[in-house]
Amino acid sequence: MNWLKNLVRPKLRELVGRQKGTAGNLWRDCPECEGMIFHSDLEKDHWVCRFCGHHMRLEAGKRLVMLFDEDAYQTVELDAVPTDPLKFRDRRKYTERMKEAQNRTGETDALIVAHGKMGGFNVVIAALDFSFMGGSMGVAVGQGLLTAARLAVVQDASLIVVPSSGGARMQEGILSLMQMARTTIAVEEVREAGLPYIVVLADPTTGGVTASFAMLGDIAIAEPGAIIGFAGARVIEQTIREKLPEGFQRAEYLLDHGMIDMVVHRHELRDTLIRVIGLLRNTVPAADVASIPAAAETPAANPAPSEDHPAEDRPTE
Amino acid sequence: MHNFLDFEKPVAELEGKIEELRRLPDSGDPKIAEELSKLQGKAEKLLRQTYSKLTAWQKTQVARHPDRPHTLDYIGALIEDFTPLAGDRAFSEDHAIISGLGRFRGSSVVVIGHEKGTDTKTRIHHNFGMAKPEGYRKARRLMKLADRFKLPVITLVDTPGAYPGVEAEARGQAEAIARSVETCLGLKVPLVSVIIGEGGSGGAIALAAANTVLMLEHSIYSVISPEGCASILWRDSNNAAEAAAEALKLTSADLEELGVIDEVIPEPLGGAHHCPAETIAAVGDAIEQALKELSSLDGGALKVRRREKYLELGQKIPS
Ligand SMILES: [Zn+2]
Repeated sequence: MNWLKNLVRPKLRELVGRQKGTAGNLWRDCPECEGMIFHSDLEKDHWVCRFCGHHMRLEAGKRLVMLFDEDAYQTVELDAVPTDPLKFRDRRKYTERMKEAQNRTGETDALIVAHGKMGGFNVVIAALDFSFMGGSMGVAVGQGLLTAARLAVVQDASLIVVPSSGGARMQEGILSLMQMARTTIAVEEVREAGLPYIVVLADPTTGGVTASFAMLGDIAIAEPGAIIGFAGARVIEQTIREKLPEGFQRAEYLLDHGMIDMVVHRHELRDTLIRVIGLLRNTVPAADVASIPAAAETPAANPAPSEDHPAEDRPTE
Repeated sequence: MHNFLDFEKPVAELEGKIEELRRLPDSGDPKIAEELSKLQGKAEKLLRQTYSKLTAWQKTQVARHPDRPHTLDYIGALIEDFTPLAGDRAFSEDHAIISGLGRFRGSSVVVIGHEKGTDTKTRIHHNFGMAKPEGYRKARRLMKLADRFKLPVITLVDTPGAYPGVEAEARGQAEAIARSVETCLGLKVPLVSVIIGEGGSGGAIALAAANTVLMLEHSIYSVISPEGCASILWRDSNNAAEAAAEALKLTSADLEELGVIDEVIPEPLGGAHHCPAETIAAVGDAIEQALKELSSLDGGALKVRRREKYLELGQKIPS
């Protein structure tokens, strides 16, 4: 990729005349290989780099479009919960941070829940959006997961959860910690109904989210290169005062250590989920379900997501 | 008292003077006796004043006080025939969590608790109360044992948090905690937890998703340490810890108001470390009372009630 980086890109830059990172940019740099990708291609490839296979973070809304059968789903309006239960204020008010995240994303909180068909099967998908305060889990997220679980039970649907979260939401203090118990109850309700509970671990999944519903899947799938762990790498480094091993806390590392069932390329995720649900429920998917077209070129993913999330949104252990 | 916290210094100075007077050869002298009782009165008054208005940050220090009674002290005083049971049957024994069978006020129970240690040697042995996956897996194994033999479970929570280390991550720290919480919630026997010192985050709730959660007056229970919160949200772990402790609402009074804990156990004047025996006895009485209240419920009801409690939590916030 160096020839492209060194020779072509500066020229293209001049030609396009736009700065990296601005809205409406036609191009995007892969944070891994720095290859330049047309924005439209990136959308087509579901934010997987077509040069190196790096899986960039995918917005929760786009995740739903990618996973459900075409036009076969509805998002669920989630219960309102008490906002700012602790009247929390650090250098800024929590309510201000919330409003900002809401305005930026157009969502009320970090979790999106939708129900519909996938391969003809009834599924409920709950996806965390990392761009909303680091996908952190407070009362709203806990309540949303309970809603998702109950919807799955009522609809005889499989529950698929896609976490992408820094962990608990500090600004809700102990109540965010309590969501570890509440989301575990949500999982239990699905399990007791005899329905599949499948987790798709997306980058990053850490802290109290990992230590609750994210690690309780009947089937645990991870996206290539995703950071998955309990304690943050920096905290561990400070504790042991030595360099972390290569690939530490990456999806592939967890696979090697027996913590997850499989690492699945994003382009194969939908088909894999449909197959697994069909097998678990001993039934076959609808015949007319087309699998999503794979990208032109999908080399092995390079495990190294970017460190671009703001530290203030980074929640806790 | 051997260790004084910063804000206890004025009391410590008075107690030093009292000690000096006592050691005088003519301490029987009525003048000295009078001075002694005056000083004692003053010291007690000062201690009462100090402890009646502890800030959240000061409580954090009291909760972490090295002389505060720890899990092994409670087991020693409250549990007869204590029979430690070791190991997770998969990888290792974890000394950060003490667990075993015993008799509490006449009935068999399973006891599980974090142990921080009392001096350098034991602190290292118990890894400062920071458990690894094998610790939570051992806890889970013992809870299931309790379930099978219909024995109540008592957990004692006192941990800065789960151990953040490479090996712990490799062996699935997150999964171990998640399964431990899940096991707590699935039990068909009474589960009573006491936050005896520091309730640090996921490592604490791993043992504390209980029917009844009791908390000592000056204990803390939080999603993150004040220092950790300060370094992330204030970008300053040294000077903002006090503000963070306040903002996190981690004191027993705050948590009772939020409905996270069921009962506050008052501590003796000057904190648990001032009078460990009295504290331990009060905790014992509170556990006995909690178990008595749960004894009329059958297994199914115990599980359902526990779930309902967590489902309702945080839905209504006191204004
Ligand atoms: Zn790339």
